[in-house]
Amino acid sequence: MSKRIGADAVAAKGWLRSHRWLLLRRLSQLSILSLFLLGPLAGIWLVKGNLNYSHTLDVLPLTDPYVALQSLLAGHLPETLGMIGVAIVLSFYFLVGGRVYCSWVCPVNMVTDAAGWLRDRLGIKGSVHLSRQTRYWILAMTLGGSALSGVVLWELINPVSMLHRGLIFGLGAAWTVVLAVFLFDLFVMSRGWCGRLCPVGAFYGLLGRWSPLRIRAGQRQACNDCMDCFEVCPEPQVIRPALKGENKGVGPVILAPDCTNCGRCIDVCAKDVFAFGLRANNPASTLPQPGTTSGD
Amino acid sequence: MGDAVPVRHKMESNSNKKTLARRQFIFDSARMACGVGMLGLGLGLYAKQSKALPALALRPPGALPEDDFLGACIRCGLCVRDCPYNTLSLAKPEQPVATGTPYFTARDIPCEMCDDIPCVKACPTRALDHGLTDINKAKMGVAVLIDHETCLNFLGLRCDVCYRVCPVIDKAITLDMVPNQRTGRHAMFLPTVHSEHCTGCGKCEKSCVLEEAAIRVLPPKLAKGELGSHYRVGWEEQKRIGGSLIDESKMLDLPDRLPDGAVVPGHYDPASGMTATARGLPGSEAGAIPSAPPGLGGKP
Repeated sequence: MSKRIGADAVAAKGWLRSHRWLLLRRLSQLSILSLFLLGPLAGIWLVKGNLNYSHTLDVLPLTDPYVALQSLLAGHLPETLGMIGVAIVLSFYFLVGGRVYCSWVCPVNMVTDAAGWLRDRLGIKGSVHLSRQTRYWILAMTLGGSALSGVVLWELINPVSMLHRGLIFGLGAAWTVVLAVFLFDLFVMSRGWCGRLCPVGAFYGLLGRWSPLRIRAGQRQACNDCMDCFEVCPEPQVIRPALKGENKGVGPVILAPDCTNCGRCIDVCAKDVFAFGLRANNPASTLPQPGTTSGD
Repeated sequence: MGDAVPVRHKMESNSNKKTLARRQFIFDSARMACGVGMLGLGLGLYAKQSKALPALALRPPGALPEDDFLGACIRCGLCVRDCPYNTLSLAKPEQPVATGTPYFTARDIPCEMCDDIPCVKACPTRALDHGLTDINKAKMGVAVLIDHETCLNFLGLRCDVCYRVCPVIDKAITLDMVPNQRTGRHAMFLPTVHSEHCTGCGKCEKSCVLEEAAIRVLPPKLAKGELGSHYRVGWEEQKRIGGSLIDESKMLDLPDRLPDGAVVPGHYDPASGMTATARGLPGSEAGAIPSAPPGLGGKP
């Protein structure tokens, strides 16, 4: 049996440090969900609504800009609070990286991560190939389709909002859709839903196109080619340019908008190659300059 | 000159590569466009179907017409949360209402018509029209006394429940008295809905005492007929203008045709010279005119 992903990191840094970002992410996902559930389950109404639009403590409106955009294309403007909500969410993800939504907020991430984990444990190898660009085509289709049909099109079948809304307002048959996504990722296509199909992720990816907060392979000269980061990354194509770019004059910042800023690469790297950093901090070379000293 | 040949080869293979890449790009794009296009077509047809709201699902007060509603509503459920009576719920995927949109079923929990309309205030979009400030102007649907065969008042009993619970009592529902033909000597009090006052709250449907409600709130589209736009109701126009719409002196009144030799005492027919009043004729009570139904202007 082959070595588990991240075994080196656990040996080098300990279990906790090699699962730090994963734990923080789960904490974030579950806390956000709990805040929404606190109302219906315990009668403590800190947050009302769901991920499409929520109102926190009767002051903070948050609107999903992708849903609002579909509605806009269908010919409808939100009310003032809805607009403010769009502005807040847009600027937040513009700064921290759009797909932070995917890895730190979206409830489907836990479903597809579970499928990915199980796929790895069961050693399921085969996967139907589908381009990672597919999601952008679906995104374009939902936007064009909303304009043509006058309906917020993706919301008719969106598993993300079905799951989140379902958990808060009553699941009904939505669990079948979620199960379908899980089984699809497990048996049909590795990282199929989040990595290839979901237009919500595609939208947020584009939104975070220029986000300052990025993952940096700042210590890339320490890389020992164990490949654990590629194995664990839900979007492994984003790593190579930054990690292996030293000789091509490519900087260490992972610039690809598909990167979800999930931080799993940071966790599983025994050599601490990766860290959160700023987009601007992207020198072509990360090797120690001959003229500078490292301290002693 | 010796270099020229390999350079040309290189250029050729370069342009070949370019052509191949271009072909690949076109094929890939076509594949994506067709595959995603099919998904889009399916979604579009589904969207078209989802606009057919089932007749007994009612939208919250101030909801845009269904066509617009599905484009404006972002399925957040704030209206559901701010409804103090838990009237509203968000449609689940297996229900025949567009997934995630708010609706209520009058027979389960009707709208209590709050004065401050919290559901409309909570809506972050214009799916619920914020211009609606008087709940009595809401049009969630129109109540229709749909079954005249089982309604207890139509059977001659005094149930009256739908009338009593109506928040717009005596305007949206009145009890209209008519003779009970079955007994020949009682009255029936027929609940009658007046659509211009009915908000469609559904309290009548909720409280109907039958196993299946005889009065139901339906979307106005189903419940209401519509006159042709050219059509004018004569007596209303007369009222509006304050007089007859035509020059009555030029009105041609032909004699009424009756069966040969028929004599109808008290028949009013000025064109035949019969203008004698029916009053005082044997068998007539208080000026009743047998041949003229009541309400035709009461000419004599």
